[in-house]
Amino acid sequence: MELLSGGDMLVRALQDEGVDLIFGYPGGSALHIYDAIFRQKSIKHILVRHEQGATHAADGYARSTGKAGVVLVTSGPGATNAITGIATAYMDSIPMVVISGQVPSDKIGEDAFQETDMVGCSRPIVKHSFLVKNAEDIPEIVKKAFYIATTGRPGPVVIDVPKDVTNPAERFPYRYPEKLRMRSYTPAGKGHSGQIRKAVALLLSARRPVIYAGGGVVQGEGSELLTELARHLNYPVTNTLMGLGAFPGSDKRFLGMLGMHGTFEANTAMHHADVILAVGARFDDRVTNTPSKFCPGAKIIHIDVDPASISKTIVADIPIVGTVQSVLADMLEAFKSSDEQPDQSAIVDWWRQIDDWRERHGLYTAPRYKTDGAMIMPQEVIRAVYDITEGDAFVTSDVGQHQMFAAQYYHFDKPRRWINSGGLGTMGFGLPSALGVKIAHPDKEVVCVTGEGSIQMCIQELSTATQYHLPVKILCLNNQALGMVKQWQEMQYEGRLSNSVYEESLPDFVKLAEAYGHLGVKIERREELHTKLQEAFAHKDRTVFIDVYVDPSEHVYPMQVMPSGSMRDMWLSKTERT
Amino acid sequence: MRRIISVLMENEPGALSRVVGLFSQRGYNIESLTVAPTEDATLSRLTLVTIGDDHKIEQITKNLNKLIDVVKLVDLTEGSHIERELLLVKVRANGAQRDEVKRSVDIFRGQIVDVTSSMYTVQVAGTGQKLDAFLQALGEHTIMEVVRSGVSGIARGEKVLSV
Repeated sequence: MELLSGGDMLVRALQDEGVDLIFGYPGGSALHIYDAIFRQKSIKHILVRHEQGATHAADGYARSTGKAGVVLVTSGPGATNAITGIATAYMDSIPMVVISGQVPSDKIGEDAFQETDMVGCSRPIVKHSFLVKNAEDIPEIVKKAFYIATTGRPGPVVIDVPKDVTNPAERFPYRYPEKLRMRSYTPAGKGHSGQIRKAVALLLSARRPVIYAGGGVVQGEGSELLTELARHLNYPVTNTLMGLGAFPGSDKRFLGMLGMHGTFEANTAMHHADVILAVGARFDDRVTNTPSKFCPGAKIIHIDVDPASISKTIVADIPIVGTVQSVLADMLEAFKSSDEQPDQSAIVDWWRQIDDWRERHGLYTAPRYKTDGAMIMPQEVIRAVYDITEGDAFVTSDVGQHQMFAAQYYHFDKPRRWINSGGLGTMGFGLPSALGVKIAHPDKEVVCVTGEGSIQMCIQELSTATQYHLPVKILCLNNQALGMVKQWQEMQYEGRLSNSVYEESLPDFVKLAEAYGHLGVKIERREELHTKLQEAFAHKDRTVFIDVYVDPSEHVYPMQVMPSGSMRDMWLSKTERT
Repeated sequence: MRRIISVLMENEPGALSRVVGLFSQRGYNIESLTVAPTEDATLSRLTLVTIGDDHKIEQITKNLNKLIDVVKLVDLTEGSHIERELLLVKVRANGAQRDEVKRSVDIFRGQIVDVTSSMYTVQVAGTGQKLDAFLQALGEHTIMEVVRSGVSGIARGEKVLSV
């Protein structure tokens, strides 16, 4: 059997796992591993500018491909800098394996230089973690880490590797395990057939059904089945922020996003539904508004691979634990072989009602923003980019108003195209994740929708884009304030703008982009919006920072009334409430 | 409602901290917790007592099951079960008090396991309620130091928790 050092074993195990890309940043405790990376060819390593960037880039890679993202950082600050990105992946159930260097085993606990208890620090935000005690254990630990990260409800896994374990002077027999048996981990598979039968019967009897699909449909590769099922039944579909693209955004059955900034028609239809089919969604508080007022007349079917997600905040009438794919396939089969059909006249009436809601306040039946002013409206920027990219770009996003405008106005027809931090709401996510997406899809258009606040949280990654030539488009909806914070302060704090404005301190983003070797475009006048955007997107081979000055007074609507509102209680504009 | 949850988990470093961390992270109560290896050295058995309504207990058991180190668990309070806790208590025992303490120990089927001229160390095993009653019977003025093991439990009959 081949003899390898711990460092070489780690890299070899990653190769045997099929890894071809690592995002990372070297440092003392990880140097043996970095040397092993230097001495091989098949794995490419992307040097980021901050470990948070590494985790977000790996996250973007994972979200856009479905494969686990891999991160390598050193101990201490390297590890703690990765924490935000690990938490981001954890909240959105993204498969990721984070390898952190650690001080030598005999120094652990002595407050050694760059020592931090990474397994302890990351414990609440990982699916699982390992501290490697012996080099011989590395192959099995790597195998387990990828298995755990990518199966069941995916999530990040940390492998903390003390430096002595990777010592090049000590060699051990290497064999990568072909199979794993873990008595303590059995991810859910098929759903219970009796529950599925009940769900099918309930759905067939529905008069006001809504399919509510979340990120689990994207992660679980269930989009095709979901689309087929919804079209077969002709039932309306709403997607969560994480689920956008799970059902085609341009399909007429799509109601738009639901929740805090969901469409009037999606939230109102949910409120009045008699049967809700929740698929891979977790009844997040940004969806349900006040749980006790959530969808009062609805029977709820909840499909999820994670039993702990079911009946956590909203009690399910028919819980189904299983993979989205297998449960949807079984349901579809049952619908197709059933003699029963939904009550067509009820469904027609339901659609008529929904269309009426769409006409009255829908985001897509008429512009719900100013179209005759001098200022550029953020919504029209997103629509313009949707047109220019023919609705086929990968869009990553930061967090705030721009994120909601992108979610509302860019219609995703395919899963894995919308890449955003939904659960943790991590500002700084957009740019590094865009780089991760671009590496995975070099021939595709990748747009990072951001704001002048978020972009500054990971702006150093502009340098990574230069080094690896990653031509992404950065679309900055610049309203010169922390827009969403300001919106809340205007709505709930009588306009006291506590620390949400920059007071003329913003950098010149065009010059900044140029300093990194990129192109910068500033768009201030409404009449030049379309031509300048087109010019910017015509630079296929360059990273372009597009700084668009938008109306700073604009708010995101609809916005659910909080606290104590129901799904349908929404502000539709600054003055209009449902 | 008070529940006794028995957990069989991998005897790995960090496993216990994951269980304890889960409880603090999600705001669940732990009344008591005991843990020790089983006859199979690769497994530990952990018994914890918690309080919560049915919804909370369901979430607790689901989230415990989600931990990769947890192999199996059972809510002992769902069926008939035996519950035991060990109490060691140092009691002042001077003059007439000595006989009084001895009588209480006998009533509660405890044992005096250490003696000096002025104190007894008493060992009592039983349910939490019984131990509470014993301490109450002693009276707080005689008690010098109390240590309780936390609850261990096992199902009655042929039901076993094993892999």
